[in-house]
Parts: sequence; structure tokens; C-alpha cells
Amino acid sequence: MNFNAQGVWAIYRFEMHRFMRTLWTGLAVPVITTSLYFIVFGAAIGSRMTEIGGVPYGSFIVPGLMMLSMFTESIFNASFGIHMPRFTGTIYELLSAPLSPLEIVLGYVGAAATKSITVALVILATANLFVDVTIAHPLPMILFLVLIAATFCLFGFIIGIWAKGFEQLQVIPLLIVTPLTFLGGAFYSIDMLPEPWRTATLFNPVVYLISGFRWTFFGTSDVGVWISLTATFGFFLLCLVIVGWIFRTGYRLKS
Amino acid sequence: MAPVISIRGLSKTYASGLQALKPLDLDIERGEIFALLGPNGAGKTTMISIVCGLVTPSAGTVTVDGHDILRDYRQVRRKIGLVPQELHTDQFESVFATTMFSRGLFGCPRDPSYVEKVLRDLSLWDKRGAKIRELSGGMKRRVMIAKALAHEPEVLFLDEPTAGVDVELRRDMWELVRRLRERGVTIILTTHYIEEAEEMADRVGVINRGELILAEEKNALMAKLGKKELTLQLAEPLAAIPPELSEWNLALNQDGHELQYIFDAKADRTGIPSLLARLRDHGIAFKDLNTRQSSLEDIFVSLVSDRRGE
Repeated sequence: MNFNAQGVWAIYRFEMHRFMRTLWTGLAVPVITTSLYFIVFGAAIGSRMTEIGGVPYGSFIVPGLMMLSMFTESIFNASFGIHMPRFTGTIYELLSAPLSPLEIVLGYVGAAATKSITVALVILATANLFVDVTIAHPLPMILFLVLIAATFCLFGFIIGIWAKGFEQLQVIPLLIVTPLTFLGGAFYSIDMLPEPWRTATLFNPVVYLISGFRWTFFGTSDVGVWISLTATFGFFLLCLVIVGWIFRTGYRLKS
Repeated sequence: MAPVISIRGLSKTYASGLQALKPLDLDIERGEIFALLGPNGAGKTTMISIVCGLVTPSAGTVTVDGHDILRDYRQVRRKIGLVPQELHTDQFESVFATTMFSRGLFGCPRDPSYVEKVLRDLSLWDKRGAKIRELSGGMKRRVMIAKALAHEPEVLFLDEPTAGVDVELRRDMWELVRRLRERGVTIILTTHYIEEAEEMADRVGVINRGELILAEEKNALMAKLGKKELTLQLAEPLAAIPPELSEWNLALNQDGHELQYIFDAKADRTGIPSLLARLRDHGIAFKDLNTRQSSLEDIFVSLVSDRRGE
């Protein structure tokens, strides 16, 4: 037995079952939030905005909205998923099971990524009710979606292990990720910024994620798509290395 | 037969500097019930946690069925079931789902009929659909045992299985442990209820301050260390032990109403007939007498307190 597929599947099912218990709120929240964004940014403000790079403002914000929800959903679901067993003590079972770190991560991150991708697609469908959304490069779009979901779920997994309590789970998403997303061009093109803010923005990693994802919709982007892909992949690898270190040292898992 | 668990030079010092285990050697025989006794904080849970993979050892090796616990962790953990001391449960899961989850986690294919058998054995079948949070403490403890048995382990660790459990459930638990042993499951339990070890264990280990003081057959231990005590209720109180009786190890209790004689139960000559004859010769009458064999508890207390005195 070199790969405990049953174990991965058990974790995945357990986590999905947890999401199913709150299915309606889990799906109603992104639908309502997206609708609110479209009423405010699309109908109220968007009508006074000019097109950005030939794209109507309402359509322009769709990839950014999807990313914003993906980031928070991924971090929240993955961090909660691994923090809960630590909090209740049921993690003893996970640690005593014949599971490799990779299998544990596959189960938890796989389930959390499934949920955040679902939420992103629900947002896309909701947005489609308000504005026209065309996807120029569907396959790269799926690739970006999966890679970003996996990356942020890994990031959430790390936070879930690092956090000493539930309030700490919220700190990183609220104080770092949400501001970076708003400042990362979720609702505007960074070309619209005056210097020096435009250059400063290039140090915000979220810019590369949103820009690359937006390219898959409209074929235009703030930064080159390969730079975006490299940055996204680099962030993914960084999270992977940290998770590897956590399991090797037993950080906050084993004494 | 080779021992199922073999521990060599195992020690653990926590990051705080606390040495929870001093280098320790222990073999657990296949199919036995081994009771690990010791006061709180003695290192019982640390030892179990190392074997089960929850705590990283500082030094030493542990093999289970010949597999090293660190190198061959998959083979080792597949064989082991753990019921921890605290009631850690997923409150919102049903009894059936949580048991099936445990089975999957340990790499076993879904097998509803096996899970049903485990739940029936633990009188949990009627509660299979209930959420764990709806169950009583005793029922939750059973659920934890069901989870530990879900992957058909060969070795079961029970950390304080009857702590905070009512008398009836404790009897049920003992009965279950015996049934498991009949099926060939090796059981290692920790307890500070001496009664429990005395009732169930084949062998007893005593651990104190991170040190394994002894590990022996329970019966041999009781015979070796067991003292018997003869108590005579005197008809008339004595002011002091008469010098004629000085060759016996006597004590006078209850304001002289009770004469106590402690003797070695395994000695060929207990000295009782001659003592009784001498008493009669000196006209010391008694109303009643009884003898008592010291329990494992007495042995345990004397062992632990001896060490404290060092």
C-alpha cells in the first residue's frame, strides 16, 4: 500500500459533507454578494464608467469578483477544515492514521478547492444574468481557476495550522488578503493609477493573479500572461514548501 | 513467539525541557492484555502517543510486528487502534458516518456490514443515525472505541478507558476487552484504577516519573510482592504486646483491641499455628479473626512511594 486512496477519499467526503450541511448559505452568500456588486458597481456606477480596454465596466469586474470570492472562500474553507480537528482534538485520529502528509493535504485542500471553484462558477453564472460575459480562452481560464484555488487553499491550510484560535483564522484574510485584492486591480485596471501608485502596485502579488485570470476572459492584461502564470505557480510552490516543512517538523501538530 | 510491540531505549523530552520518559525497554506479547499503571503525569500517555504517531520520540526505537514505527509508519498504523483519554468527537457527524470515516482513514475499503458488526458489539446500532452531540458521555466513549476498531486493528490502545464512566459501563467495557482478546487482539490499557488492572490484565507495568519500574505477570507480581495480614479481634484489650510474642511481626491497633500480624504469603511456614498456640498458652483470647491478601493497589502504592523516597 503505497498510496492511501481510501484515506484521501474519506477526508474529501468528510469535508464535502461538512459543506453540504451549509449548502444553501454557502451558495446564497456568493449569489447575493455578486448581485449587490452588480447593482452598485454595474448599474449605479458602471453606467458612468468608460470601457476599459474595450470591455464594458460591468463585464470587466467579473474576473476580479470571482477572484475576490475565491481568495476568501479558499482561505476560509481550508483553514477552518484543518483548524477544527485541532480545536476539537479529533486530529489525533488523522495523526495516528496511515496517511502521508501529501494524502492529508490532498484530502483537505482538494475538498476546499472543489468548494471554492464551485462558488467561483456560481458567481460567473450569476454575473451572466447581469452582464454579457465571454471567455476568450476557456482552457487557460480553468487552469488559472484550479491553480489559484489550490494555491489559496494551501495557504488557508497553513493558516489553519498556524492559528492558535478562531480569531487568528480571520486575521490574514481580513487584514492582508482582502486589502491586497482591492488594491490589486479587482475593480480597475492598474493602468488607471497615477505614478507612483502604479509601480507600487506591481509589488502586490495579487495583481499578477487577477491580471492573468482577466486575460483568459478578454485577451488583454495589465502584466504579461506568462509573468502572471509564473507568479501564480511560484506562490503555489511556496505554499507547498511551507506545508512540507510543517509536516517534516510537526509544527503545531506534534510535540 | 516474537513480541508484537518491542520498545527499546525509548525516551522523550518535550521542548519545554520536561523529561516525560526516561530510556525505557518494554515488550508487549501478542494477544495479551497489558495494563500500564501509574499516577497522573507519569508518562503513560506519552508512551502510547509515541507508538501511535502523535508524539515524536527523542531517542530509541519501537517496532510493531517487526516494522519500525517511523520508517514503516503505514504498516504499523494500519495494525493499531487508539482510543484516547479525552472524548474527541466530530459533534455533527452521525455514529455510522464517523465510524465509516475512521475505516476509510486507515485505508480500508467501505464495508457497511463490518461497521454494523462493530456498532452492534458496542450496543450502538440503535444509535447509528444519531448525531454524536446528542449522545451521553458513556455513549461517546463507545463511539470512540468503535472508531478505533473500524479498521480491524491487531493492537488496541485504551488510554484510561473507564475514567469518568459509570459502574455498569465499566463492566461492559471489561467484557468487551475480554471478547476482543479472545479474537486475538492485543490490548494495552492505561489506568489508575488498580481494580481494573487486577480484574483484567495478564501483565502489569508500573510507570512513575517517566520510568518503568516493573513489568510482570500480574499473578506472579501479586505472589511475589503480596503480603498477607492476619487480624485478631481480642476479647480483652492489651496495653502492650507481651514480650513472649516478640518473635512475630505484630502490631497492636484500635486501642489494643486488635492484634495484627503481617506475614509472607508465599513462605512455607507462615507462623500462624505457633502464634495461635502461644496466645492460648498466655490466655489471650480472641473473638474473631480474618486474613487479607494485599491488593495490587497496596503493591502499587508501596512501589510508587518507595521511589519517591529516593
